[in-house]
Amino acid sequence: MNTAYTADEMMSVAAARALREGSSCFVGIGLPSTAANLARRLHAPNLTLVYESGCLGAKPSRLPLSIGDGELAETADAVVSVPEVFNYWLQPGRIDVGFLGAAQLDRFGNINTTVIGDYGAPKVRLPGAGGAPEIAASCREVFVVLRQGARAFVDEVDFVTSFGHGSGRGDRRRLGLPGAGPTLVITDLGMLRPDPDTAELTLTEVHPGIEPEQARAATGWPLRVAEDLAVTPAPTEWELSVLRELKKVSA
Amino acid sequence: MAEVIGLREAVAELVRDGDTVAMEGFTHLIPVAAGHEIIRQRRTGLALARMTPDIVYDQLIGAGCASKLIFSWGGNPGVGSLHRFRDAVQNSWPVPLEIEEHSHAGMANRYVAGASGLPFAVLRGYTGTDLPEHTDTIKPVTCPFTGERLTAVPALNPDVTIVHAQRADLAGNVQLWGITGVQKEAVLAAKRSLVTVEEVVGELPPRPGAIVLPAWAVTAVAEVPFGARPSYAQDYYDRDNESYQAWDAISRDRAEFGRWLREQVGAEV
Repeated sequence: MNTAYTADEMMSVAAARALREGSSCFVGIGLPSTAANLARRLHAPNLTLVYESGCLGAKPSRLPLSIGDGELAETADAVVSVPEVFNYWLQPGRIDVGFLGAAQLDRFGNINTTVIGDYGAPKVRLPGAGGAPEIAASCREVFVVLRQGARAFVDEVDFVTSFGHGSGRGDRRRLGLPGAGPTLVITDLGMLRPDPDTAELTLTEVHPGIEPEQARAATGWPLRVAEDLAVTPAPTEWELSVLRELKKVSA
Repeated sequence: MAEVIGLREAVAELVRDGDTVAMEGFTHLIPVAAGHEIIRQRRTGLALARMTPDIVYDQLIGAGCASKLIFSWGGNPGVGSLHRFRDAVQNSWPVPLEIEEHSHAGMANRYVAGASGLPFAVLRGYTGTDLPEHTDTIKPVTCPFTGERLTAVPALNPDVTIVHAQRADLAGNVQLWGITGVQKEAVLAAKRSLVTVEEVVGELPPRPGAIVLPAWAVTAVAEVPFGARPSYAQDYYDRDNESYQAWDAISRDRAEFGRWLREQVGAEV
């Protein structure tokens, strides 16, 4: 098998690895769903996937087309109403990890999926909040996965759809937000984590062959790089073959 | 008691210009055929409510039926953006579209309050986000017992709610199952309701886990086989994913959309 891999494959594998066996994950569609379903096939067969359509413990045999795919309902431990999934399962903090994508992400992990430009006169109108604000508020921690580029990684988001760390460490506690907020950002170039003191997202890992300069150039704020910058282990043959099989059966 | 009638008659009777209309369905059982009938009957000035406006709402907006959208996530699920919605928000085409924007949790709780006969619902949401600044129907509230600051959202009581379900009996009792979203709450919150169903049967076989909307809680039932296409109806048919993908190209261009509307729905912009 060819072990050459794409940047997107590296990102999906790195995101999957971040999910722990036996934990529960509130899954957004797209990259988060790919990573969560990959994790179930790799090291975390007992990862509980929760989709906002009300599917608790979904075990799809292929990647779902949307968060409401019938495959999710057919393979779930239970299908509950949407009010129930938000009020009973998400809001009290029963879910370990919220896994989100983003259109814009700022240096403190605040997420925009609402609008580019001014709200009243938008440059680009995006889909909006969906379940993300409460996922970001209530899950014990939040992982964000998105491709790194200067238009997405901005100094300040145009609209705070989902609260990350506000303007720095302490803002979440001050507002009474129960979860820890974004603890990990996974991109096609590397991984970022909030600084323990300031909560500013800092590059802590690069994927193999990526220089910190590339990550800096793809970031709209002066990106800090950890002194002990690590290198992500490359995807193994097994990880790649499982990911490709998953993509193939889902195509 | 629910009246079992035809779709055209039901829409003519229940949906009026200027109404607040909720057509719910969480990517499953979306009442698409009913949406097209509203376009054909040229309703205008509707306030369209829905958690996840997708392609049928894109079509209603593009056809000029809506003056307002109350929603929490507007996209073509699994495909991308809604271009008619974008055109309306960014360029006021074909008519200006006011938006009232929530999160899913906020919308779900608004229907719960509406179904419960209460004026508002409480949730621990929206904290730290920019949504309350732009949406008048999100306000802080203090818990009278603990003093905790929470969020209140007002009940959403549509003039009419339309949903699609798998089956009903001749008396108009309705059964739906699979991903049931917020349909029950939206129907119970509404002043009038229409349920389109895949089939009307003599009697409803019990279905564990299914939601039953009794005939006395529904205004009208219309038999519309494949009424959710291109979305899906669990145990009847799958999602027609190619239609969702094809919509991306059709909806990007006003002229192309106009052609589609004439040919597929029999209406003009």
